[in-house]
Amino acid sequence: MNLEKVFFAFFIVLALTLNFGFFLGDLDDPNHHNVYELYAALVVSLIATIMKFGDRAHIGAVLLATSLVADLQLIAAVIVWTLFAHASDAGVTPMIMASIVSLSGGALLANVTSVVILVTETVMFRR
Amino acid sequence: MHNLLYLLLRRMRLPLIVVILAYAISIIGLVLIPGMDDQGNPWQMSFFHAFYFVSFMGSTIGFGEIPYPFTDPQRIWTTVAMYLTVISWLYAIGSLFALLKDPAFQRIVAFTKFTRAVKAIREPFYLICGLGDAGHLVIRDLATHNIRSIIIDRDDSKIQLLRLEDLPLVVPGISADVTNTSTLLTAGLLKPECQGVLALTGSDHINMTIAITSKLLAPELPVICRAESHDSQDNIASFGTDYIINPFDSFAKRFAMMFQSPSMYMVYEWMTTIHESPLSDFRVPPRGTWVLCGFGRFGKAVWESLSFKGIQTVIIEADVAKTGAPEGTVEGRGTEAITLYEGGIEQAVGLIAGTDDDANNLSIIMTAQKLNKDLFIVARQNLSTNDTLFAAAGIDIIMQSGRLIGQRVVDLIMTPLLSDFLRMARDQNEEWANVLVSRVIGVLDKPPDSWVMTISQQQTPAILELLNMGCTTTLGGLLTDPRDISTALPCVALYLKHANNKEVLLPGNEIQLQDGDQLLFCGQADAETHMHWSTGNLHALGYICNGYDLPSGSLWRWLDTRKQRRSDNKPDMARDVQE
Repeated sequence: MNLEKVFFAFFIVLALTLNFGFFLGDLDDPNHHNVYELYAALVVSLIATIMKFGDRAHIGAVLLATSLVADLQLIAAVIVWTLFAHASDAGVTPMIMASIVSLSGGALLANVTSVVILVTETVMFRR
Repeated sequence: MHNLLYLLLRRMRLPLIVVILAYAISIIGLVLIPGMDDQGNPWQMSFFHAFYFVSFMGSTIGFGEIPYPFTDPQRIWTTVAMYLTVISWLYAIGSLFALLKDPAFQRIVAFTKFTRAVKAIREPFYLICGLGDAGHLVIRDLATHNIRSIIIDRDDSKIQLLRLEDLPLVVPGISADVTNTSTLLTAGLLKPECQGVLALTGSDHINMTIAITSKLLAPELPVICRAESHDSQDNIASFGTDYIINPFDSFAKRFAMMFQSPSMYMVYEWMTTIHESPLSDFRVPPRGTWVLCGFGRFGKAVWESLSFKGIQTVIIEADVAKTGAPEGTVEGRGTEAITLYEGGIEQAVGLIAGTDDDANNLSIIMTAQKLNKDLFIVARQNLSTNDTLFAAAGIDIIMQSGRLIGQRVVDLIMTPLLSDFLRMARDQNEEWANVLVSRVIGVLDKPPDSWVMTISQQQTPAILELLNMGCTTTLGGLLTDPRDISTALPCVALYLKHANNKEVLLPGNEIQLQDGDQLLFCGQADAETHMHWSTGNLHALGYICNGYDLPSGSLWRWLDTRKQRRSDNKPDMARDVQE
């Protein structure tokens, strides 16, 4: 067992599960989407990205790319939320909530890709 | 570049994760801990406010407790968070600086910069291996002639010093193992702009490796190689190295030439070394018995040459058995008066201090000068840093192998015709050299410069234009001063090579120049400038050839043609131009 691989897989899968948890629920209902979950998803996603830094293999490069996509989507979601919660009179309306959740949905897709690549690699190298 | 980025990212992995975790923990703490607003109502920090607060706290900017003054539980948590974030930042920045200062990382940075610099070169360049005295001289000379070079040396401090030097061109340099093929490849061995490889390191074996590598990978590329022993010289020659320079042999041959034909020696010296002293300042070494101190590679080469010319030498050598010195050798270093006496210094006409230690050589010279004032002194100087000492010692000829090699290399690169000329000159007798020397002395009073001119569209457009009109230019025309046709330029044409490889030594003024002719001149440096004036400017050349200025504008040309036609004068250039 390689401890580095454990951490690596742990963070990638955790990023996916947290992201999924946030995404789950009615698209435009703020009650179904917890701000703490989005925060945790972003932090774990950032850590997962840094874990992939410096991997020169092709598969490592693809993992880094999908991870960066997830970060980008989550940061966009966070910025939208912050802007409308603090800098707008309208507040977080169902329409805004829908766009925040759909942005995190994009990140979810990227995280799914990451996990698929991870699983594929693990299955191919039986070590 | 990619290499660098990956290395940086990989090494920054842990510090960045620590920073993110510190931030995440601080933010979540602030969000969870209940606060109070200015009215005393319970208030909870949002993620946005928490991130804002942690951002200025972690970077020690510290705007204070905003938006509302903190409660005690918040302050307790902030105390923890402060230390957490500040320490994690310091750790991250510290690791970044440590990485940037890491010698291994800097080597990669230097290597990356070098690779990029080599890739960016679009002009012809020479690949120089070894930055000793010779390499230095070559780089300097090439740079002043606007020729680029790339340098590889094992010693990093030499490369660093090179960067501090005030060279007119940027010379990319790398400290790396030259014997490693990939180093040569990175340095642009296979680039089409590479004009040649110069193996000038102090080790014959390394030079040989460089020569083999470049002959295998780029067979067309000329290789100039330094070799100091006959074994490696033969070895290097065996696989087609273009030029091999043995400083000791070169010097010994040149030195022996001084005895036999001083004028020929002078021709050689003028052409191949930099001189500042006036032409008349030349002392012929006397015939008689010579004392030779040191029987190493230098001593052996000189001894062989002198014996070949029938000059008697007494050898003084400290280690007779090891060097295989001939019988009759005086054992000793020569630095003491007693060994010099034993070698017959009082009756000798000359002294050659040829050990591989500069201090010993100087000591030998100073001791010998006390014993015999009239000695002709030849010294071997090993380190260029001792220039001042050797200049002060009253030495007639100083042999410094780095300088000698560097000069030979520069000649081979800058004036390739020179070796052709010298090869032909070698077959001439002393009278021929006498005539040449007196001719050169006739036109100038200081040692001449030499330069090459090729009759071509690029170098001499005016001559080609005249050729296209059916007019030829004679060599005499070229040697005329374009400012005044009654005087000649202070230079002598030494050698002419036609496009069909036919060679003429000391071509006469009546020779008509053809496309592709290559000419070697020697003379005052400004003569070259004036010559370029007449070869590049049709009017200047027309003036030289016809004795009057050609009309240049089309109106004047037309008027001139009419005038010519009216007076029906002899056929002229102007009409040719019109046609």
